[in-house]
Amino acid sequence: MDHRPQAWGRPRDDIYGAYDGTYLNHNGPKQATQSPVVTGTSVIGIKFKDGVVIAADNLASYGSLARFTDVKRLRVFLDTSIVGFGGDVSDMQFLDRHLNELAIEEAYETEPLATTAEDGAVSRPGVLNAANLHKYLQRLFYARRNKFDPLWNQVLVAGLDAASRPFLSSIDLRGTAFTSPSLATGFGAMLAQPILRTHAPTEEDAAKLTREQAVNAVKECMKVLYYRDARSLDRYSIAVVTKEGIELKEDEQLEKQSWAFAERIKGYGTQTV
Amino acid sequence: MFRNNYDNDSVTFSPQGRIFQVEYAAEAVKQGSVVVGIASKTHVVLVAIKRNAEELSSYQKKLFAIDEHVGIAIAGLTSDARVLSNFMKMQCLGHRLTYARDMPVRGLVDMLASKAQTNTQHYGKRPYGVGLLVAGVDEAGPHLFEFQPSGLTEEMQAFAIGARSQMARTYLEKNLDVFPDCGREELIRHGLRALKESLVQDKELTVDNTSVAVVGVGKAADGSHKPEQFKVYDGHDVNAWIESVGDDKEAAGAEEGEGMDVDKS
Repeated sequence: MDHRPQAWGRPRDDIYGAYDGTYLNHNGPKQATQSPVVTGTSVIGIKFKDGVVIAADNLASYGSLARFTDVKRLRVFLDTSIVGFGGDVSDMQFLDRHLNELAIEEAYETEPLATTAEDGAVSRPGVLNAANLHKYLQRLFYARRNKFDPLWNQVLVAGLDAASRPFLSSIDLRGTAFTSPSLATGFGAMLAQPILRTHAPTEEDAAKLTREQAVNAVKECMKVLYYRDARSLDRYSIAVVTKEGIELKEDEQLEKQSWAFAERIKGYGTQTV
Repeated sequence: MFRNNYDNDSVTFSPQGRIFQVEYAAEAVKQGSVVVGIASKTHVVLVAIKRNAEELSSYQKKLFAIDEHVGIAIAGLTSDARVLSNFMKMQCLGHRLTYARDMPVRGLVDMLASKAQTNTQHYGKRPYGVGLLVAGVDEAGPHLFEFQPSGLTEEMQAFAIGARSQMARTYLEKNLDVFPDCGREELIRHGLRALKESLVQDKELTVDNTSVAVVGVGKAADGSHKPEQFKVYDGHDVNAWIESVGDDKEAAGAEEGEGMDVDKS
């Protein structure tokens, strides 16, 4: 038996075989999040006549545990756009800091030329708009996935494009990016997206929606998500982006819930019938 | 034999607080043929005199497009300018890739300035021997920047660099007030007149030795910012402009400037 101090406390080689230290030799790239830990669920958004509505609940789950119930998942960028984060919350916080840096850098380069027109439209020439931010995030996500070190999020970007038209887009952890009249991430892609599509199947239909209709559609979807998504919460944030600017409400409560339908659901859960 | 001890590298100050290598680089700019740039509220024009090294050779280009919305005029070492032009093209392309927009001109010029300035602070490096006029249009409007080998950059309403450029600058100073409201063609003619001021006695503007470039603000069909592309005109394309300023060529330059704003529109 080996009595030398370096063997103290170690499983004996003659009984257990030589120690397998291969897991310690990582000569691959640095990788951070390989699977999400604390997560946010759906983000949903829909375009309307003059802008975009976007919403996400205030929950950060730890697995199936509703761990943090006051996490704001909508983030304002340069007073022009909203980014809504689904997926890993630590990666969301990283992106938040990163976007802060970008905003500061951008503020140095552009002259403060914010002007308000008679109709209340705020124009700030040269400031990154939602379409620019969308492209930037797409490149960022794709660059990280190419390092096999992805940012484990799916985000929605809401705002206006260069021609001041409503802009809504989605980017996922692989850098896949696309736009649509309505979008939803995570569970919302299954539960909310079909409902939003009934309101705005095409760009033309979205251009006919009023702000009120769009907000109501989003609120309805948040309710459906709370009914059916077990990782959701009844407190949520909702933002409306228009030419006049951004209106962000971060502590909304789901109204007029009705759980009557729950009784009629059969086939799983605790019922014995 | 007494000679200057403080001009061997660009990292040593002279006791008078000067850096001779940087000053010599600025001299290289003055060896280059003259280029003029003028900005109005809607356009920026660059005009240049091209030189040929010998009778049998072609004329060296002076105006270069960097991106759709930016271009440069060079005075000094052409080969150094090529490096800077390449750098600026890469920055504009990179910006377009990551942000899907035209690079803001000030941002581009600042990067250029940083690149040039580091050359004046590291042993074994030399400053670029070229001065630039950078003309561009971004969402904030038209811009004209001057760039010097020291890393100095300044936004200008109108400027000229290169050999005998003081004469052109005098013309520009005299007519400064009319530039902001000039139209595209009028601005080009002002540029060419400024250029003529700097010519030596027996030389004239010809289709062979004159270059003109224009970039302007513009709108796309959907109302978004879409500039009139930076375009360089050479050869017969500049003939009409040269002829349009040809008739007043005999007039004395200094007095002529005053009447400029009324004779064309």
